[in-house]
Amino acid sequence: MYVAVKGGEAAIDNAHRLLAEARRGDPAVPELTVAQIRAQMALLVDRVMAEGSLYDPDLAALALKQARGDVVEAVFLVRAYRTTLPRFGASTPVDTGAMAVARRISATFKDLPGGQVLGPTFDYTHRLIDFALAAEGAVEPAAEAEPRDDADTCPRVTDLLAQDGLIEPSPPDDGAPAGDLTREPVDYPADRALRLQALARGDEGFVLGLGYSTQRGYGRTHPFVGEIRVGDVAVEFVPEELGFPVPLGRIRLTECQMVTQFKGSGTAPPQFTRGYGLTFGQSERKAMAMSLVDRALRAEELGEPVASPAQDQEFVLAHCDSLQATGFVEHLKLPHYVDFQAELELVRRLRAEFFRDSDSMQEAAE
Amino acid sequence: MLAPGFADPVHGAQGTFRAVMNALARPGLLQPLDAGLKPPAPLTPELAALALALTDADTPVWLDAGLAASPEVAAYLRFHTGAPLTDDPARAAFAFIRDPARCPPLARFAQGTPAYPDTSTTLVLALDRIANGEGLHLAGPGIKGPTRIALSPLPEGFLAQLAENRAGFPLGVDVILTAPGLVAGLPRSTAVTES
Amino acid sequence: MSAMGMLPQTESSPSPLRGGVRGGGGADGTVEPRSAPPPPPAPPRKGEESGSEAGYNFAYLDEGTKRMIRRAILKAIAVPGYQVPFASREMPMPYGWGTGGVQVTAAILGRADVLKVIDQGADDTTNAVSIRRFFARTSGIATTTRTTEATIIQTRHRIPETPLREGQTLVYQVPIPEPLRFLEPRETETRQLHALAEYGAMHVKLYEDISRHGHIATTYAYPVEVAGRYVMDPSPTPKFDNPKMDQSPALQLFGAGRERRIYAVPPYTSVRSLDFEDHPFRVQQFDQPCALCGAEGVYLDEMLLDDAGRRMFVCSDTDHCEGRRADGHVGTGDAV
Repeated sequence: MYVAVKGGEAAIDNAHRLLAEARRGDPAVPELTVAQIRAQMALLVDRVMAEGSLYDPDLAALALKQARGDVVEAVFLVRAYRTTLPRFGASTPVDTGAMAVARRISATFKDLPGGQVLGPTFDYTHRLIDFALAAEGAVEPAAEAEPRDDADTCPRVTDLLAQDGLIEPSPPDDGAPAGDLTREPVDYPADRALRLQALARGDEGFVLGLGYSTQRGYGRTHPFVGEIRVGDVAVEFVPEELGFPVPLGRIRLTECQMVTQFKGSGTAPPQFTRGYGLTFGQSERKAMAMSLVDRALRAEELGEPVASPAQDQEFVLAHCDSLQATGFVEHLKLPHYVDFQAELELVRRLRAEFFRDSDSMQEAAE
Repeated sequence: MLAPGFADPVHGAQGTFRAVMNALARPGLLQPLDAGLKPPAPLTPELAALALALTDADTPVWLDAGLAASPEVAAYLRFHTGAPLTDDPARAAFAFIRDPARCPPLARFAQGTPAYPDTSTTLVLALDRIANGEGLHLAGPGIKGPTRIALSPLPEGFLAQLAENRAGFPLGVDVILTAPGLVAGLPRSTAVTES
Repeated sequence: MSAMGMLPQTESSPSPLRGGVRGGGGADGTVEPRSAPPPPPAPPRKGEESGSEAGYNFAYLDEGTKRMIRRAILKAIAVPGYQVPFASREMPMPYGWGTGGVQVTAAILGRADVLKVIDQGADDTTNAVSIRRFFARTSGIATTTRTTEATIIQTRHRIPETPLREGQTLVYQVPIPEPLRFLEPRETETRQLHALAEYGAMHVKLYEDISRHGHIATTYAYPVEVAGRYVMDPSPTPKFDNPKMDQSPALQLFGAGRERRIYAVPPYTSVRSLDFEDHPFRVQQFDQPCALCGAEGVYLDEMLLDDAGRRMFVCSDTDHCEGRRADGHVGTGDAV
């Protein structure tokens, strides 16, 4: 016989203890350290920083440890922490042109000032599982390059194209404060800066799929990688009472400049257009996908028909956030029995009527 | 020497907000409001409490002539709220009126838009006296049974402006009335008549 | 941590850095047990009381966020049933799990309040427990399971059976605030429909149900018209609860965190379920009373007892049921 019993609190406490045990795993196995995660799972850490919208590699590594390696769960921890931090204002725009590049490639030119610097990349590896990695061992040091003075010798490809007027200019900085979708609700249509912010924070898989769709005919943009650069930039802030910039430190960024479909008109000669992607850390896949979707979302601005999902602002911005998506998808696990009861009542009634009606029709036929 | 804000910023703001929330939820009914502030004249303790509780760097504020003329008031508000001051009532999120008799017509403030009626101005008036059970008749959401409110001073043409404001629903301004130790609300959803 | 995290920022001392938004907590925002010690919290602000857990601002949200939500609440009350956009913050629980309701409650909560939290009508479902604990930890306020003792009731999917009184506030957790969303996915379109009070598509949909099924097929989140103007989603409460919303003595606030909307129904306000002259609005009926306390005319949960299909119906509102049993009411205890 059913007896109303309270047990929710105890059940939750036990679930938490079980989770902590599962997270640690077999105590005979050495515990992961935050330093190990930060150093040896660096690309995962970079993704958590990018989608968490918070540059703090140690924190992201800790979040990954607490989340048992679940990226979205780790992003959640970082974002919830970010909410509690005081805001002092916006930094000055970072100058990626002055980046100390660790990696810099272009698909549009075979060679260019500054050169093609391959840097650390999986791109040319053969994806054969290296079983030797299972046994830990020393790694052969890579050759060191000559020190370079990057600021002078690594100009942006897009700047080089712009010199000849071949590519649309970068939108001018009108000095207006940048919007922030974490502080104001998004109102459609959203401007490009807000769209880029949403994409930078957006789930890598979702943005990747959308970017891919543009290459397969769902909103074609004829993309070429003008440049991808990965490296460190300085972050500066101008306190009101000082009036000059104060350096806050350096962060690693990945920037992708996508050169896309040219357009012209009766009055203006054709120029290439741009798509832009920027992420924390080294996240080329994300930066590239972001640049493809950025360009697709500019369809209306550039007079192209808005026909495919990647071009649809409301669709992209409403669904690209992994926390919103997972929150709502996973909320289906919460009790819904009250509403289900309401549905049950209706379905039972409809079925009763159906059978009653078909019985009476049968009787009438006889 | 700048006058202090809430003795307890967290609970002072919360208590003030609850009084205003109740005032708008039950239009016309008097709610006690004692935030213990001693702001520079001609700012009243009630106007100051609402400014500190509800305004900040995201809310442009319009001050009437009496308040705007006082550098101490401007300094007090700038220090405690960081709210930018505007001289255009149509751009104000909040308008503080020390001299209701000279309050600009309600139509000069932001009215909101059909898609976003919430973007209209909230006016806060400092009156000498508000009383229930006499004066104007109120009807609408939040009102149970006959509810009356007497305002002193009553701005000239106020009744006609409130009627016009109500006719524009869902657009329109929302009015918060204060008197010493009291606050009452006239949201745009309230119909105000003479009898 | 960068230098940015350590600069003191208080409510009542000069802030050297204007241009940003005032406020901020500074402490680790996670609520669940942590596996490593959190970074040291920022020094508490001058005059600012901490919640029961050191380093949190009272009720977790920073004062700037509370102001923003409070402003939205005031405008929502002024325009009953209209969805006010607000900049929802990331909370320590996931979107979709009550963050909107939590933000509304956190913004209105005061020291003297007594908080009740229910989910599916019960105080001890896991989500209700989790949220109640969150507020107890971050604000130290009193909590209760008794509807009559609460000043604020945060709820998911039910309205308490015990009639509410003046001075109480009911905070609903809302997943999809837009009643027209399933007819029109675009926000730009639905904003216009509400602006023009163009609700024809909703009426058509309801009437199509009648032609197809003989009944309106919406059994929960049943759309209502508020104060004769805005059509509103009452949240996924069963339509059984809709009549309780009409002319309630309590203030009803609705928070949708993921969708970033707040709306409100003031007390003593008309809330009318959409219907037709030839098909008036009807609530669910249960064939039997609560098996535990004998209550009739209340919403019941169906409990499956065995795999032979035996079942029992008991009050969904656990506080109401307990109260009746404490008063001596007894049900038959029969399974059906």
